[in-house]
Amino acid sequence: MTVFIVRRLMQSVVILLVMSVIVFLGVFAIGNPVDILISPDADQMERERAIRALGLDLPLWEQYFVFLRNAAVGDLGRSFVFNEPALRLIFERMPATLELAFTAVVLSLVVGIPLGLYAGLKPQTATSKGIMAGSIVGFSLPSFWQGLMFIMVFAVMLGWLPSTGRGQVGSFLGIKSSLFTRDGLAHVILPAINLALGNAALIIRLTRAGVRETLLQDYVKFARAKGLTHRRVVGVHVLKNILIPLVTVVGLEIGGLIAFAVVTESIFAWPGMGKLIIDSINQLDRPVMVAYLMMIVFLFIVINLVVDVLYSVIDPRVRLQDVKG
Amino acid sequence: MSQPTLAVRDLKTHFFTRGGVVKAVDGVSFQIGKGRILGLVGESGSGKSITGFSILGLVDPPGRVVEGEILLKGENLVGQPDERLRAVRGNRIAMIFQDPMMTLNPVLRIDTQMIEAVQAHHDVGADVARARARDALGRVGIPSPEERLNAYPHQFSGGMRQRVAIAIALLNNPEVIIADEPTTALDVTIQGQILYEVQKLCRETGTSLIWITHDLSVVAGLADDICVMYAGKIVESGPIDDVLDRSLHPYTKGLLGSVPSRNKRGSPLAQIPGMTPSLLSLPSGCPFADRCPRVQDDCRAALPPMVEYRPGQAARCIHPHVEGRA
Repeated sequence: MTVFIVRRLMQSVVILLVMSVIVFLGVFAIGNPVDILISPDADQMERERAIRALGLDLPLWEQYFVFLRNAAVGDLGRSFVFNEPALRLIFERMPATLELAFTAVVLSLVVGIPLGLYAGLKPQTATSKGIMAGSIVGFSLPSFWQGLMFIMVFAVMLGWLPSTGRGQVGSFLGIKSSLFTRDGLAHVILPAINLALGNAALIIRLTRAGVRETLLQDYVKFARAKGLTHRRVVGVHVLKNILIPLVTVVGLEIGGLIAFAVVTESIFAWPGMGKLIIDSINQLDRPVMVAYLMMIVFLFIVINLVVDVLYSVIDPRVRLQDVKG
Repeated sequence: MSQPTLAVRDLKTHFFTRGGVVKAVDGVSFQIGKGRILGLVGESGSGKSITGFSILGLVDPPGRVVEGEILLKGENLVGQPDERLRAVRGNRIAMIFQDPMMTLNPVLRIDTQMIEAVQAHHDVGADVARARARDALGRVGIPSPEERLNAYPHQFSGGMRQRVAIAIALLNNPEVIIADEPTTALDVTIQGQILYEVQKLCRETGTSLIWITHDLSVVAGLADDICVMYAGKIVESGPIDDVLDRSLHPYTKGLLGSVPSRNKRGSPLAQIPGMTPSLLSLPSGCPFADRCPRVQDDCRAALPPMVEYRPGQAARCIHPHVEGRA
């Protein structure tokens, strides 16, 4: 397994390199930051000095190699706008996004798995049909619209929950998070539900499909023939088997939630990475964009690795080794 | 004769589908004494597996037992609450399935799957249950059972997995084991071993065995008695030698005729013409009438009753193969 992980990490370096080229070219294609950053009144001399200071006078391939050289020592460049290291900017915003994504994942699992189990075990009941209909609504409604409706209903009309921002941040075991204060929790609920809804719907459908399929397997019937209780058959024999597809999807979804929390963060003015990247794109803050995208790529690599390792824990038939050829 | 271990009386299991009522098991009766082996033989779709599942109360919707009695030592299991049936399943009546590759849960270790089977019925600690599981594995001939307990199903071959399934069935010393074609998916040498082991274990422990199969040659060397099923009904029953050597029902004759054997080498294999009738729309008379070589007009009039033509040997036929009758 160690060999597997080491080899996997080496492959990751290649992926990161390839991605860096794509990202660099993509960001270059979006537009020239000079037009936005330098005031139109500036004279030619000033303009050129600024361009040289930002390193934009070099040809693209040279800029790329400068970036690579710096990246090798952990420096992904300084933000044009804030004049701070891009990585530090991202890391400042990251806890907010992570706590939002984490809450959303937990919510969608806590809601999705039981509902999916129920719908899978009793497919004919009205409740199950209601759950399935609800799940279609859940992932069909556009996320931004859901968010706006939440704000309108719960913040404006009912006035139960705050509509914007991150609440008070508490500290627990050295971890700072708004999940540890009442005010923080109140702030996180709406955006987390907004982010979780589509996922919960997906998990419901996935769990239901898994249960429906697993129930037909001989080993479930054999487990019943052994005289096991219904609870044990479902809780152990069925659940452990449907965890396999669930782990895959949830793993990918976590990455997706972190990377694409952009919409939710914009609507709820959540001070996370998503808002940072939107602002950076608007201002053509290249280093931040590049650093952000590289971070996300790295995140996906890590998540996929964790998912693969989890696989081998859940499913004894999976052995972690490279398939040659 | 003393009370039979298991008696099934007029069992009817129907499936209520959109297309109509499928009478998968339609009035099946048989009984089995302590330590006896009963062969339940029939083609695919004749209702033999459903009979087995009905006894355990494991018929899935849209099917259910609509009528009849299943008497385990005199106690009727039909209509009992599920908790009562659960206490019987795996404890007093155990079952072995057809495909050993599918019966063990792929993500659970063997010991987990065996210990839970013991603990479902006995209030014992994990160590006691584990010791019992180890002994059961040893009894079915699995080498180094202690180590194998920690293995996962995919680390066993098909034959070994079936042995594990048999060991699980034996765990709680059941009074009856229902074996649903347990050797069909295995290759012939393993088949022979499994047959031998199961027979030996049942004789040793006094367990009654219902062996469901479509393979007459398997039953021939194994069973004491045999029931031949066709379209959800038993068409012939009796002691194994009588039924095989002096079959009454033309269907039994047909089945026997279609078994390849050495002295028929070279000649085309006899077969029963036609196919099993749809269980949705059975003819009113004998369900075998359309395929029967001895069919006469009165066969189609009404369903023939089971008639005991010889002591212990009965057939559902009004023109059976009996000496002196046409």
